[in-house]
Amino acid sequence: MIREFGSVEFVYLLAAMRWTLGLSLVAFVGGGLVGLVIALMRVAPVAPLRWLAAGYIQLFQATPLLMLLFLVFFGLALFGLSQNEFVSVTVALTAYASSYFGEIWRGSIQAVPQSQWQGSAALGFSYLEQMRHVVLPQSVRIATPPTVGFMVQLVKNTSLASIIGFHELTHAAQYVNNLTLKPILVYGVVGAMYFAVCFPLYLLSRRLERTFHADR
Amino acid sequence: MPIVEIASLVKRFGATTVLDGVDLDVAEGEVVAIIGRSGSGKSTLLRCINGLETIDGGQVTAAGVTVQPSRLREVRRFVGMIFQGFNLFPHLTALENVALPQIVINRVPKDEAHAKAARLLERVQLSARAQAYPSNLSGGQQQRVAIARALALEPRVLLCDEITSALDPEMVGEVLDVVAELAKGGMTMMLVTHEMGFARQAADRVVFMHEGRIAEQGTPAELLDRPRTAPLQQFVQSIRHKG
Repeated sequence: MIREFGSVEFVYLLAAMRWTLGLSLVAFVGGGLVGLVIALMRVAPVAPLRWLAAGYIQLFQATPLLMLLFLVFFGLALFGLSQNEFVSVTVALTAYASSYFGEIWRGSIQAVPQSQWQGSAALGFSYLEQMRHVVLPQSVRIATPPTVGFMVQLVKNTSLASIIGFHELTHAAQYVNNLTLKPILVYGVVGAMYFAVCFPLYLLSRRLERTFHADR
Repeated sequence: MPIVEIASLVKRFGATTVLDGVDLDVAEGEVVAIIGRSGSGKSTLLRCINGLETIDGGQVTAAGVTVQPSRLREVRRFVGMIFQGFNLFPHLTALENVALPQIVINRVPKDEAHAKAARLLERVQLSARAQAYPSNLSGGQQQRVAIARALALEPRVLLCDEITSALDPEMVGEVLDVVAELAKGGMTMMLVTHEMGFARQAADRVVFMHEGRIAEQGTPAELLDRPRTAPLQQFVQSIRHKG
């Protein structure tokens, strides 16, 4: 029997959206932590660390997120682990996000002028002290607008998790569509829900860009 | 015993020899002005003293510590440096700029570091601007904050690398006044400078560098009024034309 698209269906989608937001958060935190390590390695004074981080960035930026998802999802079974959707999505999104954050933040670190390194070196700061007290606080300001901008991509890309059966917003939309057979209405509503999350992020990124720009 | 000892110092950038066997001793409390054309190796010489440049030959000792990669922190504790471009930290206020090195290097508690920073800013007449960020300070004010920041670690030698070259003419005086005050207080200083008037007035000794070597040195009067070598004669001449 075909159902109508009513408030029950809408609330059902809203509930699934919590998973989209949750996944976005997990990707942001996981990708952020790993991305910071990658960015620091990418600018490290030790060449092999830089090569390793560059390889990591190349590898995961040049691989479709969907392939990553499949590889992790089916790969887990290969190692005798159960095919856990949440773990798979977390691992794949973290790898994907960290490769982009790593590159964004590398650029932000390198945008801090050489004279800042020199000034702090002359005061006797060690490399880590220079990073912590002088360079990173300045690169955070530079990095914030593009970081928020990339979060928009991240939110949208969590929709790929539906393909391995993770029940987030897009997966729920497929489910509701199968019951109501109103694809334009269902996907239109879901698209608007993504927009409702992403557009404010986009505006925030634009505003931060202006704020930080006006300051220099 | 000299506080800075430089012996047969050689520094190359690729195929170019920038310092070609420099010997120079600086006594405690002495103010040495280093003059010469651009490219003569003046700034590089200063940067070898606190290890901002690695050296290719010879030896540098500062406050009894041999300047080498493993002892840079020690060296830099004794040797402060002020730059042409100020190099203040733009994300920190003037007060925080002066406090940070004390907190990081000497592990001084924050309150104590801020109290000392306030005293140092008073000494360079910037108490009123303590809470300002560098972007809201004039060049002369920024350079005075940089001096206070260098003094916060109580260096025994202060290296000044063309510290008035980036300033508008009307701000040169306020910075040189602070330097003169320090000189009077007995601070050992090495100044790379284009301000001949200031070198004459504040320096105990003037060193003229030419093509990576010390070509001539002596009291300001000896050097600037009675230059003996041809390169220095030409240099003094060219300065006069400018001024």
